Amino acid sequence: MANESSLLSLEGISKDFYGNVVLEDVTFTVGRGEIIGLVGENGAGKTTLMRILFGMPVIAETGGFKGRIMLDGKQVAFTSPFDALDAGIGMVHQEFSLIPGFTATENITLNRESMKRNVACDIFGERMSVLDRARMRTRAAKAISRLGVKLDPDILVSEMPVGHKQFTEIAREIDRSNVKLLVLDEPTAVLTETEAEVLIQSMRMLAAQGISIIFISHRLHEIINVADKIVVLRDGKAVKSVPVKGVSVHDIATWMVGREVKGSSSMLSACSEKVFLKVDNLWVDMPGETVRNVSFDVCEGEIFGIGGLAGQGKLGIPNGLMGLFPAGGNASLDDSPVPLNDPHKVLNNHMAFVSEDRRGVGLLLDETLEWNVAFTAMQAKGEHLIPVLGGLFKLRNERTMKLLAEEYIKTLEIKCTGPKQRAKELSGGNQQKICLAKAFALKPKLLFVSEPTRGIDVGAKAIVLETLRRYNKEYGMTIVMVSSELEELRSICHRIAIVDEGRIAGILPPTAEIAEFGLLMSGEKTGKNGDAA
Amino acid sequence: MNPLKKFEPLKFISDNIVTVIFLALTIIAIPFSRLSGIYILSNLIDRFARSAFLVFALILPIMAGMGINFAMVLGATAGQIGLIFAIDYNVMGIQGLLLATCIGVPLSIFLGWFCGQVLNRARGREMVTGFILGYFMDGVYQFFGLYVMGWLIPIRTREVMQVTGSGVRNTLALGPVRGGLDNILNLQVGPFHLPLLTFGVIAFLCLFIIWFRKTKLGHDMRAIGQDQGVSHSAGIAVDRTRIMAIVISTILACIGQIIYLQNMGNMGTYTSQRQAGYFAAAAILVGGATVSKATIMNVFVGVFLVHSLYITMPIAGKEIFKSAMVGQYMSDFINYAIIALALVLHAWRNKRNADLARAGLRGHADKDSALAAQAGAVQ
Amino acid sequence: MNRIKAFITDFGWPRIIIAIFLLALFISAPFVGVKLDASFTDVFNRFGQNVIMVLALVPMVQAGCGLNFGLPLGILSGLLGSTMAMQFGLTGPMGFLVAILITIFFGSIFGLGYGKLLNKVKGEEMTIAMYVGFSAVMLFSILWLLLPYTKPDLVMGYAGEGLRRSISLEKYWDKILNNFLALRIGSVRNLAGNLSGGFIFPTGLMMFVAACVVFMWFFLRTKTGTAMTAVGSNPDFARASGVSVEKMRTTSVVVSTIIGGIGILVYQQSFGFVQVYDAPLYMAFPAVSALLIGGASVTKASMLNVVIGTLLFQGMLTMTPSVINSVLKTDMSEVIRIIVSNGMIIYALTRKTKVTK
Repeated sequence: MANESSLLSLEGISKDFYGNVVLEDVTFTVGRGEIIGLVGENGAGKTTLMRILFGMPVIAETGGFKGRIMLDGKQVAFTSPFDALDAGIGMVHQEFSLIPGFTATENITLNRESMKRNVACDIFGERMSVLDRARMRTRAAKAISRLGVKLDPDILVSEMPVGHKQFTEIAREIDRSNVKLLVLDEPTAVLTETEAEVLIQSMRMLAAQGISIIFISHRLHEIINVADKIVVLRDGKAVKSVPVKGVSVHDIATWMVGREVKGSSSMLSACSEKVFLKVDNLWVDMPGETVRNVSFDVCEGEIFGIGGLAGQGKLGIPNGLMGLFPAGGNASLDDSPVPLNDPHKVLNNHMAFVSEDRRGVGLLLDETLEWNVAFTAMQAKGEHLIPVLGGLFKLRNERTMKLLAEEYIKTLEIKCTGPKQRAKELSGGNQQKICLAKAFALKPKLLFVSEPTRGIDVGAKAIVLETLRRYNKEYGMTIVMVSSELEELRSICHRIAIVDEGRIAGILPPTAEIAEFGLLMSGEKTGKNGDAA
Repeated sequence: MNPLKKFEPLKFISDNIVTVIFLALTIIAIPFSRLSGIYILSNLIDRFARSAFLVFALILPIMAGMGINFAMVLGATAGQIGLIFAIDYNVMGIQGLLLATCIGVPLSIFLGWFCGQVLNRARGREMVTGFILGYFMDGVYQFFGLYVMGWLIPIRTREVMQVTGSGVRNTLALGPVRGGLDNILNLQVGPFHLPLLTFGVIAFLCLFIIWFRKTKLGHDMRAIGQDQGVSHSAGIAVDRTRIMAIVISTILACIGQIIYLQNMGNMGTYTSQRQAGYFAAAAILVGGATVSKATIMNVFVGVFLVHSLYITMPIAGKEIFKSAMVGQYMSDFINYAIIALALVLHAWRNKRNADLARAGLRGHADKDSALAAQAGAVQ
Repeated sequence: MNRIKAFITDFGWPRIIIAIFLLALFISAPFVGVKLDASFTDVFNRFGQNVIMVLALVPMVQAGCGLNFGLPLGILSGLLGSTMAMQFGLTGPMGFLVAILITIFFGSIFGLGYGKLLNKVKGEEMTIAMYVGFSAVMLFSILWLLLPYTKPDLVMGYAGEGLRRSISLEKYWDKILNNFLALRIGSVRNLAGNLSGGFIFPTGLMMFVAACVVFMWFFLRTKTGTAMTAVGSNPDFARASGVSVEKMRTTSVVVSTIIGGIGILVYQQSFGFVQVYDAPLYMAFPAVSALLIGGASVTKASMLNVVIGTLLFQGMLTMTPSVINSVLKTDMSEVIRIIVSNGMIIYALTRKTKVTK
């Protein structure tokens, strides 16, 4: 509960998106000059909590939230992020929001420039004032010095190393005269170790100056290193809110991942010993999901899980192997090499892919279900075509396309008005089934599925997972499943690889202890001997 | 690194390839045209005074990230409407020009505001939309000039009216206001006329632009030009600022067209505005500006180069191909092609830079493949 | 029923206004002394004359390359086709056929280069296309003067070299499609024994147009055509399905350029003259407007859009001069044409694109 010394207190915050509960009765306080470490898996509710704090319009548009936010002992209800800024709360996002062609000074003072009035202001308004560059520079230098770092205020952002961009962003927030609380969202994710160390020093300096900080990070040792208090979110609940003293990385990892999984070990038997897919030194240039150096083997008939936190590169693996992003290294399927960077050849090589970006890559939203299901088979394998004039032209065979779509609508129980319906009119779960149907229509021996249950409701989730299990059992289809939901991976996979910073941190059986997974995810333990499992 | 320094001249050429090509063409054309240096220079001075102002109209929208404002034609049209009234009311000299400005500027503000609204709805394709908007305006302007004038608004002067008795003539002699600005402080130095007041106006405009860049509004435009999303989240009113850039551009185009026409002495009532647009776009791009960056220097260089070619190319073409028409078509071709080239190069460079930026982030299994991939990306 | 309703909602108010305006013109025509039969003949002729150039825009719109303001490139290949066939002294059906073959040859080359260029500059394609078209027309203006054409029918009389501004097709293949099996309905035989008045249906022209439309319809249903549509609808999906996005875009540009060239050949035989030099400069604009008036957007176009759009646009161009001029006693049709056609393009460019993402 809020006491005299606390700056911010969140009391009983709950939020649901149309019945889907993402935050439940979250309560914690932030003291003056205190650093709070906020941790949780993807989807634990961190982002939503911050959106609520900043009064993002999306919260009000989706029905508001329950609970109270107290700032300085007074209840606040921001209606836009600008209100939050005015009240002295600053946020530094994971993606840089800086103007590349501007100097550090110009970015730090953006839209809060010091100005000198002149005669034109009286006629045309304040925006005719001339910028007072000398004062802007002094202000920027002052903000930078409060961070305790060396940064030239006149350097262009585009010429800065990544770490300096991060400092520029923080300096921009503390340049506000009344800043009391800073929210740093994964600020160290893009930094090198030494840069991260400097940032942590800066955070300590700011805290000493009385600025409170909410520090969101998945690097648990950093949290332990700098935070005064730690708040762990899991499935929308604040499961722990304790002083950091005496807490170990292992404890946090256990709290983060939490749940126990029931009876998955019985599934393990089906896996044969024959290596089916072999990946060596793979790198993939996928923006935001860079894969640096990954090697692993998948056995025939196996369901192989790939987990890890967002941005670490787990999504890059299937996207790179399927030729959607520039990739290098070696891969072989059934002892024959997999051609990289050529989607057409890969599809002809008994491989298929269900993309995590359902609306962006997975579907032709404006076209019919027939098109969506049959298009890939048509283009990659030349099916569903009628040769005309002795094969000079190939017309699409709308009849077999319709039959194909109808077949999958039936077997996958897709709820729709018929094969002529447009893909954009279906619900998320049914769209996902269309994506699966598209992949199954290729009759692949190896199927990549990426985030198959993202954004679909519980019932549909179960059906999707059940379908994957069935195709694996009945047709012996080898499946590589990439997912952010560890529990889901543990319930269906034979083995699970955890990816961290573009590398495989370790491979574990689904029965392994939860904390093991948590430690691998947060990069606390490299799985040198994980492969043995 | 030293090897990089050695390649500096090549880099300079490749960065300014449009200007260099144009310069080369001009240098080739000059001897073929057999025109004297003095003739070319005195012509250049005259043409510079005439048209530099127009080109300045394009700077602000480029700064605000809206590309070449082909819709500056709207401002030129407003200026022409002002001139029509000045001639019709028979107001002479500088007073006539001031009257034209007084009518043209409010009209430009309105048209610029309208244009800004339209362009805000066509994000990412501002240039083509602005271009078509110019054509659309042609229709509205013809409706005004041919039907509204003489019907709702009576025409007083017979020289303005068409022979058929309604609407404004296709070619309008601007006798009363001819040289209204140029002749006020005209200095004769040897064979050269120096219209000092016109130069003064251009100098004043340069100072205005330099000053404007330092204002909050100018600063905001630069910010928006680089990243609308970041500017918006910093609380800058993006849409409003973009409209302002277009309004100022339209006003400058209006005044620029009045200055241009007082020097020419007659105007193609329904065609001059369009030529202004083609000319200004070519000039600023030839001067080394791109769709996203333009300086005062670009304007000066561009105006001089384009006019050097306009003066020499028709005659050179006639000399080389023994056909006057070839020279004329050649000028037109170069005019269009240079804009196409500048746009293509800019789009291509953007794409290449984006690829290069990605190459830096590429994760590599080993050093050899890293080097190989980087070498590949540089190519 | 639902599809009709959806079609009407997609249609948009500017198109409905134009349709009503055209209807009003037709209804009022008899009252101001304009003959309907002659008007219909005109509308059909001009429809056939222009529709193929509108059709040429479809593949590029479908492949997501936007409105092809670079259509003059296709037109130039058509001009090369007809002038070369004439230079070879070919007349009648043979001449027309050879003209088409030459057009296809040059259209493929121009289209290939133009397509490769557009692939390099994704983004402001339409502005670049426009200026590439303009500069090509001016470059060819120089070539028309310098290429070694010698036929007296083609070259300028006084100089003996350089093409004439407009070249009569009278001795070659003037109205070869229009007159083929043309039907006269309700004509009257005058004193000299010639038929006059009445409605003339240009059967051959319509058959050729129908063949082109059917060809395009088939083309969009082939494997390539299907892939092209998918590229326009969602390039990432197409790529993930093993389709080369760049190749499809280039193919669409080549097809568009070739059809554009054939379009100008049909236009010429109906018009009776080959117009060179700066005549093709602005020819893309009426075609683009017609397609948009027909209900296409910057990203989706169908055969129905082509036919309806050309009928509405050409109908308006035919009827406004005759009707409005008889009412107002002044020729306002040019102004109306400029405002309507460019207004339509602006409307389409500023509308939120329909592709869901």
